[in-house]
This record gives sequence, structure tokens and C-alpha cells, in this order.
Amino acid sequence: MKVKVGLELHQQLATTYKLFCGCQISLSSAEPEYKFIRRLRPTQSELGEVDPAALFEFKKGRYIVYEVDDSSSCLVEMDEEPPHPINGEAVEVALTVALLLNASPVDEVHVMRKIVIDGSNTAGFQRTALIATGGYIDVENKRIPIQSICVEEDAARLIKQEGEAIYYRLDRLGIPLIEIATAPIIESPREALTVASSIGRILRTTGRVRRGLGSIRQDVNISTEGGGLIEVKGVQRLDLIEKVVEYEIMRQKNLLAIRDELDARGCKPTDIINEPIIDFTEIFRNTSSHIIRNAVKSGGKVLGVVLKKFGGLLARELEPGLRFGGEFATRASFWGGVGGIFHTDELPGYGITAEEVAKVKSLTGASELDAIILVADEYSKAEAALKAILERALEALKGVPDETRGPNPDGTTRYMRPRPGAARMYPETDIPPLRITEDIFLKVKHNLPEHPSIMLKNLVDVYGLNRKLAEQLMDSEYLNVFKLIMSEVKVPAKFVVATLTETLKNLEREGVDVSILTDSTLIDVFKYVDKGFMVKENVPEVLKWLCLNVNMSVKDALEALNIQLLTREELEKIVDDALVVKSDLVNRMGLKALDSIMGFLMGKLRGRVDPQLLMEIIRRRIVEKVGGGRS
Amino acid sequence: MPHGLEGYRGLALKALINIGAGIGDTIRIKKSSGTIYEGILVPRFEYGDPECIVLKLKNGYNIGLKINDADVVEKLGEGSKLTYKAQPTPKTVLNLPKVPIIGTGGTIASRVDYRTGAVTPIFTTGDLYSMVPELGEIANVETKVLFNVFSEDMTPKHWIKIAEEIASQFGNNIQGVVVAHGTDTMGYTAAALSFALQALPVPVVLVGSQRSSDRPSSDAAFNLIGAVIAAVHAPFGEVAVAMHKNLSDDEVLIHRGTRVRKCHTSRRDAFKSINADPLGIVKNRVYRQISSFFKPRNSSNSPKINPVFEEKAVLVKYYPGFNPEIIEKLLDMGYRGVILEGTGLGHVGSVCIKAIERARDMGVFIGMTSQCIWGRVNMDVYYTGRDLQRAGVTPLEDMLAETAVVKLMWVLAQTDNIEEIKKLMLTNIAGEFSHRLSYRWSA
Ligand SMILES: [Zn+2]
Repeated sequence: MKVKVGLELHQQLATTYKLFCGCQISLSSAEPEYKFIRRLRPTQSELGEVDPAALFEFKKGRYIVYEVDDSSSCLVEMDEEPPHPINGEAVEVALTVALLLNASPVDEVHVMRKIVIDGSNTAGFQRTALIATGGYIDVENKRIPIQSICVEEDAARLIKQEGEAIYYRLDRLGIPLIEIATAPIIESPREALTVASSIGRILRTTGRVRRGLGSIRQDVNISTEGGGLIEVKGVQRLDLIEKVVEYEIMRQKNLLAIRDELDARGCKPTDIINEPIIDFTEIFRNTSSHIIRNAVKSGGKVLGVVLKKFGGLLARELEPGLRFGGEFATRASFWGGVGGIFHTDELPGYGITAEEVAKVKSLTGASELDAIILVADEYSKAEAALKAILERALEALKGVPDETRGPNPDGTTRYMRPRPGAARMYPETDIPPLRITEDIFLKVKHNLPEHPSIMLKNLVDVYGLNRKLAEQLMDSEYLNVFKLIMSEVKVPAKFVVATLTETLKNLEREGVDVSILTDSTLIDVFKYVDKGFMVKENVPEVLKWLCLNVNMSVKDALEALNIQLLTREELEKIVDDALVVKSDLVNRMGLKALDSIMGFLMGKLRGRVDPQLLMEIIRRRIVEKVGGGRS
Repeated sequence: MPHGLEGYRGLALKALINIGAGIGDTIRIKKSSGTIYEGILVPRFEYGDPECIVLKLKNGYNIGLKINDADVVEKLGEGSKLTYKAQPTPKTVLNLPKVPIIGTGGTIASRVDYRTGAVTPIFTTGDLYSMVPELGEIANVETKVLFNVFSEDMTPKHWIKIAEEIASQFGNNIQGVVVAHGTDTMGYTAAALSFALQALPVPVVLVGSQRSSDRPSSDAAFNLIGAVIAAVHAPFGEVAVAMHKNLSDDEVLIHRGTRVRKCHTSRRDAFKSINADPLGIVKNRVYRQISSFFKPRNSSNSPKINPVFEEKAVLVKYYPGFNPEIIEKLLDMGYRGVILEGTGLGHVGSVCIKAIERARDMGVFIGMTSQCIWGRVNMDVYYTGRDLQRAGVTPLEDMLAETAVVKLMWVLAQTDNIEEIKKLMLTNIAGEFSHRLSYRWSA
């Protein structure tokens, strides 16, 4: 099966301020300081059109609760003050990336408003600006065109959904993002991964990108020959891209097979369009299904519809964990707001008896080749859900409907919403355009970072890293902080890299949020090691404690973990005591007893001494005691 | 110059004229560097480099391209005309109470041309219903665009036109009147209408928006719904302003026209009632009266329509270093009344006393308000205040400075007699001052 994949990478930039205001960036999990409520209203285009999905959301009576922390959001994020001019620092980073990707910058940057009314932007639109076009990146002997490089504001953080209320936190809104879009010419899951990681490396060479979960997000557009165009939005882990593409190809293949099967069964659009919605409530008056009983008790109905010639197909697996029936269920919940559906391929079950199923079948006259879908809820919700199901069934005759899908943690995907129509973009007239002058351009050009391949070579040459470690570092989010550490401390580079890559990755696997470690905290950890206030062995434990205890210092960690190093005086006393205990040995062997005494003491003191310091004291004390000359 | 190209200059303009390009046409620009751009020509706004051509690319983005002699600009195609069909007024509203909505500027509703970015105000009745469908459950509204003036360009002449338009509606069996207005000077207009239109049969409610209506987060529709509900259901026959109570889309406050002031440059809740309770509040589509002091609506009232304003009245803010010659110059210019925005309880430096005495001797009214905004002036407490009163200054209680100057314009148009002017300034005509300040009304 021929497949075409395009990537859209979004990376948060580590600028001092947000993109359109003077707020600094910090994410908070504490109780918000205040909240306010908004309803976004679809805007009308010049032709009087309103985006149907937007209108649908509005009519559902949905409202948005915004949570605000004063330290990270101001009136701009709250849509209570016009945006300030675009952050020049962010534009410079984007220009840097543009030049590294061989793209042509525009002469004047115009900020646009892209309509988004799910509430993730308080204004009802996302501000975004095109910085450069026409770039490329060479990956494994293939040239991948870069269609556009944009700077845009990150959206607010979705917290939860409760009934008609959606909660968003404003701390993330306005963080500068760079968006890089490739042409859709990637042909395999593996290639998608390679392209994504190559672009990721280029981004990190700038040293101006944020790290931590969610700081990089990829949208993956996947289309297959004869299938549909699917946009998988917000893949947060690089290593998931390969799976996402692989599973999507699988899902599309299976949907095409179902289409062929329906075709072979002679299923026609008219079989679906003319199906009535039937009320089955009477049959379920005394049902033992809890879901149905509760729905009916609170005044709801059991409605259903026959999907002619769909019998058996709903149970088919499309990708791991997703059956064809699941696609109907997500549509029903999106458009009807219902909790779930029942279909005859999985019945009897869920408390619904064979007898009830038989009654349903006989009432409709459905045959074994047909499927019946049931929804129990308020009449209007159930009806909307079943209409959406018929819509989806019609699409099954064509194959793969174009959709926006969201990734699951295992790389499979779920329906999010229909693909938006042509992006509704219009100028952000509150922000003056920014002219990319010769001065700005030259400043960026003369300060370009090294190409990743040169940077890799330098890591090997300058720091003596082996190639594998150097690559690991390049692909981590810590290249920049590594260089900072190495410029300030004298700790072996290998140890620093292993800590920044393997140790932190292990902590992440344990479920620890390592993104809260700031550059200065990391530098401090290695300073403590360098100065002999901490031994290497304790670094993982200290880092873990620092992740779990926000805003604390390395000193606090050592105190809390009770792994403060022994002082020189304490050590001298311990060494003297040991030399007394081992006086025979020392007298007999002189300095040759050093290793043995060292081993004896390290066994007792591991983690509480700097080995080098201990060695030095033992040596000096032996010399003082028996003289250095004897051998 | 072809229409729409006004923002362009230099080589950019020359190239566009050469190829006969107009806004909406498809253009191709081949830069000397070899890069090729294709897109729709869009208008340039006031900002930015007028020698950059702005194209809307196929991906929706606008970019600016600086044109040099070596660049090639071509026209690929004519822009198509967009045809918009106005929406009909829904029939279901015919039995609802009638509320005219008068447009004076600012856009309470608008459409966006996603091709060129142009924003068109909506002001036909049908279009308004289609944009704010909730109105169809509240009132039978009818829109009328009186003029389209930026708030800051409003003058007393506009107040007169608005007042006359409102007055002409009273006979039409209406339940209330709504006036859409830009927010910057909405408080002044509200005060002006409060004096020009008295003994009202129905409420007159001014409404605006702090976020323009071309964005989904605009407060325009929510404020408008609140204004129409107040116009239909409020028990008062006064001029009021309807705006967001706080940052949430859940409550609209209805402020008395003589007591309301814009107190923030950008927030939705910029409008506050100063030294007074708001008249009422709209929440969950229900109007609730807050202030127990109001002039009731009464359809049998015959309104007193008196829209006249003398523009030779001035508002002067005092500050340390203020040069009293400014007052002298104003007198020389023929000003007949001065409202001072003094410090604290109502003071200006004693250097001003000579100029004020001259004003008194010329029969010019001098009134005192406070730049503190909240609270009452009291010129009996300190020497300066007593001296100023002796020199002829009239303390104006807890009246807003802005309301005071509007009132003075109206009063000066009623009489030339300085004693009569003083008396009218101290007569409570439209709830513009009170003799009791509540703890609730602090800043
Ligand atoms: Zn901010």
C-alpha cells in the first residue's frame, strides 16, 4: 500500500518572555488564583458562512472555565488586553531554524488569527505568523522539502471536562512555538521517525528550545492510496511516530477491506439513508442492563437503527484495541454526547439478554447479515448520536473518512473531530507587521550554530565522548545544559552525559517529572560533585528528590536524604582510627597498605565521602606515621 | 490610484499599477533570489513598510515581500467578487416587544472576509438575528444605522442627532431603545442623553464592546443581549449603559447614564458606576433591579426632549505646576463655563485665585469636581477650599467630572443667567449626584 506522510513539528521555544506579552513562562499545578467563564461564538465569514463544527460546539451550550495564575498570565492571555508586538527573540530563533533548514525568510512578518473555538485560545483564535518558506532537509540521501516555518502561540492547557464546562489553564497560552511543516512525501513509518528526529536535532542545536513533556508535539498527516487523509494531532513522543504511522496504515487497510466486503454484499447508500430511527424503549422496560435501566429511569429512551448488511463487521479489529464498532461509538459520543452504544455484534452481553436481542431483531425484521445499533439516553441526544452513526456508515461505503484523530499512548488513535475546512485565517490587526531588516537577517546569519554533523564531531573531539554517547546527547533535550555544565565544572564528560541521558530517562520511566529540573539546578548538582560535596553514586537519588520537591536546592536534597559528606576533620579522625586498627598492616607495608585501607574504609563510608579526598588523607597520614620512604 | 492600493508606496505600488492589479487578484512574485510566491493581493493597513507587497498565500498566511528592481511581479488572475445574501428577519419575532437598535459606530456585529481580512459591520436586522440568534427569543428588534463614527470623534452635534432619533421612536409602541456606541466616549454620550431626554416612557440603553465583534471572544453579543433584555424588562425610564460586570460572560451591569465611567483601557468590565449603585443587572437572561432609586418607566409619559448643548464649556484638570494663564486664555477665547478637576476634596493652587475671580466677574461659571474620581468634594474643610468658594467656585458634590462638563454644556444652552446656571448645576436632574455616599461605592 502506497502511503504519504507529512509532518508538522511544534516545538516550544525557550525565550525569556511569551510571544505577545511580558509574562515569563512557568507551569503550575497549584490551585489557580482566579477563574473566569467565557463562551466563544462562531464568527461569520464574508459569505455569511459559519464553520459547522464550530457552530455545533456553540449550540451545545458549552462554556469554558479559565484558570489563572498571576505569575504566568496577564491580561493579554485573559483576552482582556490587546497583544503586544511579536517577541523579537522568538522570531530570531525561527529565522535561525529557517536558515539551518535552507528556507527563504519573508521580508515582512504578518501575524494572523487562525479561528479555533474549542476554548484552547481565549481570543477564539490562535495567533500565528509565517517566517519562511521553501526549505529542505536531506535525510538518508533523500531531500525532504520544508514547506513552511511559522511562529505561533501555544494554546491553553486542557485540565478537565465536566458536563458542559471545559477547564483550561492559561499558563501555557502564549508560549512561543515554532511550527515546521514538511511536504507529504515521507513513504514509511521508519522514514517519518528519521525525518522527525533530524529536524529535532536541528532545533536543539539552536540551544533555544524548551524541554519536558509536551514541549515538542508533532502532527502527523497520513494518506494512503485509495484511503483517506488523516491528521493525527499532538503526538508528544518522538518514538511514537513510527507506531502511529504503522497503525494508521493498518486501520486504513482494514477499513478498505470492510468497504470491499460491503460492496460484495451489495450494500448501497440508499440502504443507509432510508433507515428510520426506531424506539425500542418498551422492550427494555424490565431489562437487567444497568446502563439502559438508569437511562430510562431518568426519562430517556432506547433508540436504535438498523445498519443493513453490516452484520459481523462491527466486531472486526481495525488496529490493536479498536474495533469497527468503536469508530461508531466515538462519533456517537462526539455528536450526540452519549456515553456509549450497543451493537448486535457484541450482544447478548452487558446485561442485555438474548431474548431482548431477539425482540429487537423481530421488531425491525433485521436478518443475520444486518447489524443493529442501540443508544440509551435523552431522546434528543440519542437521536443525534444515531444520525451521526448513519453518517459514519455512509462513509464506510467510500472507505476511509477524512478525520482529525488523537494519539493513544500505544500509538493507536481515536476520533477527535471532522477535519476542519479551509483554515479560517485573517490578519491580526492589533499587531504591527515586523520587517525583517538586513540588520536582523545578518545578525542571525552570523550567529548560526554549527550543523548537527559538525556538532557531533566536536562532541567526540572536544569532550572525548564516544559516538554513541554523543548521539544520545544530540537526541536528548540536554545538549545545551551539557555545554553549560562542562564550561563550569571539571567532571568527566562521560559521566555528565550518562546522567543527562540514561539517569534522567530512567527516572522518567519511573514516572518522575524531570522537566522541572532547571538548568541551574542541574549545573549545581555537578558542581557539588566537582567540589567533592557529593559522590557520583548519589546523583540519581539527589536528582529524583529534586524532581519530587519543587524549588528546593541541592543542599536541601543532601540534608533531606541525610547524605551529607563527612567533613575533612571527621574524615581525618576516621582515618586515624582506622590506622590504629590496622597498625600492623601499616607498619609492615607502609604506603603499599593504601589500597587495602582504602577498600576497608570505602566499604563503610560509600556515599558519604569523596573517594579522592579520602585517598589523599590516608596517604598523608600513612606517610606521617611511618614515613613515605619505606617500601 | 486603483481602489484598495492606498497603503502601498514606491516600487511596490509602481509594480502593482504596472500590471493593473487590484485587491483580491492572484499575483505571482519572482524574487531576484529565485524564490517564487503566489497569492492573493491584500490591502495594506496603516502599519509596516509600504514598499512591501502583502500576499495571502494558499496556506492562508499573509506575508510581506519587499520589491526590488530585479523582482518580477505578474498578475495571474482577477479576484472573484464575493456575493453575500442578506438574511431575512425571522417571522417568529413579530409578537415580541419592539426594541429599535440604533447604530452610531463601533461594530456590535460583523463579518470577516477571510481573503482580504476586511471586516464588514453587520447592521441589517436579519443579519443581526443570524449572528445573535438569542435576540429572537427576547425582542422584535429593528436596526437603524444613524451614522458610523469612532467613539473619539463624537461631538455634541452627534449627541443631538442621537437624541432626536431616539425621540422619534417613542411614538412607535416600543418597549425600549438600544443604542450601539463605541466605548471610549459612551459615558459622555450617556450623560448627554440623560439631560437631553427626560421623563422617558421607556429605558434607553447604550451598549458597546471592549473586544471587537470580528473575534469569537467578543463581548459584543453578550452585552447586546443584556442591553435588549434591560430595554424590555427594566422598570426605569432613564438613560443607561449595559456592559460586562466582570471578566466572565455571565452578568451584564446596567449603569445610570450620569454615573458611569470607563475606568480601564481594555478590560471587559471597564465601566463602573461611580458613587452610586448600578441601576440593575442581567443574569441568566433575567433583569434584576439593584438601585431602589430610579424614575419609573411609564408609557403615558410625555418625554421632555431638549437636545441643546453649548460647546463653550471646558474641563480642566489641575496638577502641580499648573499655569493659571490657561484659565485666563480660556476666558479670552469666550468660554462661558469651566469645570475644574481639582485635587482631593476639590482644590486648586492659590495661584489660580486671581484667574477665577476674573471669571466670576465676567459671569463665567466655575464648578469644582475631584480627580480622585470616588467621593464628594468638600470645600469647607481647608482654607484653600474656602478661599476658592469666595472667589466664585461652585462645589459640585459627588458628580463625575465628565458628567459635570456635559451637564454644563446642556445648562449653558438653557440660560445665560449665572445665578440660574448655578442653580441648575446644583439641581439633581438625572441622578447625577446624591447627598449620601455608601460604603459599598468605594474604588
Ligand atoms: Zn501575559
